[in-house]
Amino acid sequence: MLEITTTHYLVLSAALFMIGVIGVMVRRNIIIIFMSIELMLNAVNVNLVAFSQQWQHVVGQVFAVFVIAVAAAEAAVGLGIILAFYRNKETVNIDEMNVMRW
Amino acid sequence: MPAGFSAADFYNILPELVLTGGALLVLIVDVLTVRQQRSLLGWLTFGVLSATLLALLPFSDANTVASRGLLAIDGFAFFFKVIFLLTALVTVLMSSSYIEVEQLRAGEYYFLILCATLGMMFMASGIDLITILIGLETMAVAFYILAGFLKPNRRSNEAAVKYFLLGAFSLGILLYGMSTLYGLSGTTNVRELATALASQERSALLIVGLVMVVAGIGFKVAAVPFHMWAPDVYEGAPTPVTAFLSVGSKAASFAMLLRLFMEGLPFLADVWQPMFWVLAVVTMTVGNLAALTQSNIKRMLAYSSIAHAGYLLIGVVANSSRGVAAMMIYLLLYVFMQLGAFAVVVMLRRQDVVGDELKDLSGLYFRYPTAACAMLFFMLSLGGIPPTAGFMGKFWLFSAAIESGFFWLAVIGVLNSAVSLYYYIRVVVFMWMKEEALGSPIVASPSMAVALTVALAGVVVFGVYPRPLFELAQVSAQSLGGVVAAVGALSF
Repeated sequence: MLEITTTHYLVLSAALFMIGVIGVMVRRNIIIIFMSIELMLNAVNVNLVAFSQQWQHVVGQVFAVFVIAVAAAEAAVGLGIILAFYRNKETVNIDEMNVMRW
Repeated sequence: MPAGFSAADFYNILPELVLTGGALLVLIVDVLTVRQQRSLLGWLTFGVLSATLLALLPFSDANTVASRGLLAIDGFAFFFKVIFLLTALVTVLMSSSYIEVEQLRAGEYYFLILCATLGMMFMASGIDLITILIGLETMAVAFYILAGFLKPNRRSNEAAVKYFLLGAFSLGILLYGMSTLYGLSGTTNVRELATALASQERSALLIVGLVMVVAGIGFKVAAVPFHMWAPDVYEGAPTPVTAFLSVGSKAASFAMLLRLFMEGLPFLADVWQPMFWVLAVVTMTVGNLAALTQSNIKRMLAYSSIAHAGYLLIGVVANSSRGVAAMMIYLLLYVFMQLGAFAVVVMLRRQDVVGDELKDLSGLYFRYPTAACAMLFFMLSLGGIPPTAGFMGKFWLFSAAIESGFFWLAVIGVLNSAVSLYYYIRVVVFMWMKEEALGSPIVASPSMAVALTVALAGVVVFGVYPRPLFELAQVSAQSLGGVVAAVGALSF
């Protein structure tokens, strides 16, 4: 029987993180980009909890709870901002964000 | 480790408690007053910040670790907290007329300014990754809202969306790096991190974590190549917010950077020094070159502030007590010159003029000679011309680099300052040598006059008599653990 070690969790979190980064890079819908960012933050949480398990203490889990709280706060504010943008522009496509260009 | 907190822990965060209470008070007073009394809220906010500054004064020579190793109450934190409070005070002074013109909701505006300041203060004294994270987010979330505070304005909306997306993205990268550091050391305390990691071999995971932390912080200080959000956000955000963002958030991010790298990862200096060397050079050069062609003042000042982040990174590369002191001096002086320049830009915003294009400054000398003269000083200072404060700051940064053996970095810095003079002087040319711009007369409200006076006084006084500031910065810099080894006999 294969034992699940910290390394397995790290591979999972690295994969999750990369999916998030790629999502931010290639997707054009602001909401999907935001979801990809949430994926990155959850990769961090997997990392933290796996390390917490490895060290046999609770610090990493506390850290993860704080990350979740911060992500929630960001989601509340972020969705508000996206909504304000949508009201003026009638779109959530990032390519339409072109009022300011150098 | 004792369980629970003691009364001393609460005493140690007295300034933060005052600020939190004050911020809530502002919200309550906002509900209780009618909209016509907006100026009252401005003065209340001013009072809260002054009270916080007073509550901070007893901690000028404190050196303790509070709240079970979460916060360091030391000279370094004190110095940065003074920078943040000064920045917030001047920002509040210059906001009132802008709020009037833009018809903003004053209560929320001032509340968010205070929240951002609170976050910055925790960033400066946090010595635990979790505390630093919470401080960073308290500041960043407040700034996301502030950047989009002009709700009907498309540019402001765009600025907020871009800042939010890139801020959250960079937070993800930074946290991933931090989680790696925690995983390898088993602690989130920055100082314990140093001892736990020092004895370890350098695994690939450690280097990956380090690079991610560098990239995440690079976003926050707007270092090239992580700077692309800065010009758009600076241009779109309300002008006083831009001012606060460009000074306060930058200073706080540098405080966080110094804590993490000088206290937490000093033994990896040979890995991160070259990284910051490259970042510093690229940031200075790209920032200055891009600023040359801008026609929007806020955008120009954004690229200029990117360039200044490049100069400041020189102090990180120097990796010495002197380098840290030079950065702290520079950041304090930067408060006056950058906020002063932005105060003049805020004045240009009137009922009929948006006032953020370079041409809006045309003939300012004939319309408002004092403002033009003040702007001249701010531009010379940003460009680093003696006898202004900016020269003193740059002198210290470059000499710190030379002392640590980074001669060429200092040379590149000096060359960059020379390039930057072109676009700073161009502002002066517009003010003195162009036809007067159209629009209603430019007036300074009393609070704006105070803001300008404070900024101008800072630029001139510290340019001529910088000695007390140097001494304070040097003493404060030495409280930053990790650089103690580099403390030598420093002469003036």
